[in-house]
Amino acid sequence: MSQRAQEAEVITTALRPQHGSEDEALIAPVLRTTWRFWAMGAVLAAVALWGVNAYLVQFRWGLGVTGLNRPTYWGIYITNFVFFIGISHAGTLISAILRLARAEWRRAITRSAEVITVLVIFFGIGSILIDMGRPDRLLNIIKHGRFQSPLLWDVVSVSTYLTGSTVYLFLPLIPDIAILRDRTSGFRHRFYRALALGWTGTPRQHRVLEILISIMAVVVIPIAISVHTVVSFVFAMTIQPMWHSAIFGPYFVAGAIFSGIAALILAMAIIRSVYRLHDYLKPVHFDYLGVLLLVMTLLWFYFTFSEYLVTFYGSEPVHMAVWWAKIAGPFAPAFWTMVACCFVIPLVILANRRTRTVKGTVVASSTVLVGMWLERWTIVVPSLSNPRLPGTEPSYFPTWVEWSIFAGAAAMFALLYMIFTKVFPIVSIWEIREGREAAVAEVVGRVKSYLPSGDGTVGGRAA
Amino acid sequence: MNERPKAGPRWGMAIDLDRCTACQACSTACQMENNIPPPTPEAAAQRRAIRWMDLVPYLEGEFPRVKLRLLPRPCMHCDNPPCIKVCPVGATVKGQDGIVAQVYPRCIGCRYCTTACPYTVRYFNWYEPSWPGDLGQALNPDVSVRPKGVVEKCTFCHHRLQKARDLAAAEKRELGPGEYNTACAEACPTQAIVFGDLDDPHSEVARMTRSPRAFRLLEDLGTEPKVIYLREGEA
Repeated sequence: MSQRAQEAEVITTALRPQHGSEDEALIAPVLRTTWRFWAMGAVLAAVALWGVNAYLVQFRWGLGVTGLNRPTYWGIYITNFVFFIGISHAGTLISAILRLARAEWRRAITRSAEVITVLVIFFGIGSILIDMGRPDRLLNIIKHGRFQSPLLWDVVSVSTYLTGSTVYLFLPLIPDIAILRDRTSGFRHRFYRALALGWTGTPRQHRVLEILISIMAVVVIPIAISVHTVVSFVFAMTIQPMWHSAIFGPYFVAGAIFSGIAALILAMAIIRSVYRLHDYLKPVHFDYLGVLLLVMTLLWFYFTFSEYLVTFYGSEPVHMAVWWAKIAGPFAPAFWTMVACCFVIPLVILANRRTRTVKGTVVASSTVLVGMWLERWTIVVPSLSNPRLPGTEPSYFPTWVEWSIFAGAAAMFALLYMIFTKVFPIVSIWEIREGREAAVAEVVGRVKSYLPSGDGTVGGRAA
Repeated sequence: MNERPKAGPRWGMAIDLDRCTACQACSTACQMENNIPPPTPEAAAQRRAIRWMDLVPYLEGEFPRVKLRLLPRPCMHCDNPPCIKVCPVGATVKGQDGIVAQVYPRCIGCRYCTTACPYTVRYFNWYEPSWPGDLGQALNPDVSVRPKGVVEKCTFCHHRLQKARDLAAAEKRELGPGEYNTACAEACPTQAIVFGDLDDPHSEVARMTRSPRAFRLLEDLGTEPKVIYLREGEA
């Protein structure tokens, strides 16, 4: 026992920062702001305002300012809804699963994942509101909501997810807020004092916090799965060709986790570079997340292959019309770009240890994000463009209003994310400290418990 | 003793394709009756024309013996309507009389019903409606004008049923056959479109549905449409 403590002590000492105060780099972004931040913020705010302007045009004149038509009643907004809600799976599925699996390398990355989740859900919900012909009647969903409609399942599931993941983001923030409370004065001090909920770091507080985080990590996983399952049900519950598919639930969930990991890698790379957190977000994090992304790449291909092969063998004419439209018709450019971006490029980069670097995973993640957006596009639009009855000549292409709102939403998301990093530490300080101080001993003990103890006992009991 | 109330009529339509000359009188009559603004050329080019009763072109036969056909297509008023299932707010409902109605003031414009309908009979108001010249002053006072942002579709001229019912009630009698007819059926010069009670075995529409030529669109989907077509004869 004492020997184990000694070993741990040696490692812990080696991990302690050599000079300067501990983890100052993590607090620095909150306390100091450079002109670059303001410049970037101004650019993003300008794009976001442009998007708001586009929406006001649409609000004034109606959805006629979009490229939507009959039969393509849904387009870029619904694509964005599925895409954004998909990205929101970064937080829970990565953070919660890694926490439950006690993966020690999670410590530096969980918060940046959880923030993506909470922020991007607003843009998922927002996409639906923007798509509504009568946003002024939003409350009808509550006053006259019908649970037979899969859209109501979405309302319930997504709002539960938003609540759950906000709590799950906030709980691990409390000790860090307390650190900031003690480092600030004036208005900011009062702000952090209110949010810190009287945290002083007593062992009892730590115990309660750990329990609550564990509960939320468990609770939030099934909710996350349900969210993208019911998002897929919006399509699968209709009888439209290539929507009415039993594989859609798991297919959408897998795609969501896939794009979520990609968004997380991209966010981490940016944070690491602009805040110089190379000591915290290391190549090993990108390597491990790259492996996860590789697994999801293969899973994505498996689902896609099954879906298209099954449809092809069924060869029902209405399904085949959509199938051909994607494989060799008007949607072929989007479809094959999707295959390249979701499968070919990430597979080549991520399967090779030498290219699974920070740069490599960033390139793979960027293509995955593009590919997954195209995947949502090639699910929503081709089915609607090939209705069962003839007599419609579908051609849908988004107008400047739709592209502007898309760009505005993306810019606003990035802006809110930036602002978050200025208000709260984007890498969890206390969890890094805990990792440095307690986790090494804990891991040494845990690894030893996996192995035969060598003194004739098994699992602590005499053999 | 309480007598069990007689099940109301099941309103339905039969369209004899043998008699149809594709003159589009039904479509035009429908536009006028239901206050549907005539589409501008731009709106038509953008595939946004609203035609509750539309003529769907389709090709019959194989090259070189190909015929272009036109199929009059109103709302099917399905007994098992896919649109109603997906509406999140109950803005589309099936009444006692089997007519699938749209509640314009409740519709939130999500267009889930328009994507779920396998017959693509549902239309959306992309802009505020407008009529050229004086046409806007000749609207039918019995039919509400739909605002921008809501979904609309064929109602089987439901306002005519209400009117006929009110008249019968005022005169303290049952609604007689032939008192309720749709504008398209009324306008059809060849009587290809016949409207009436499908459950009344003596009605013309019921007689037509018993024809060996009778079929329904996309019957295998199980939507149970109440519009029955009569195939063209061999002659």
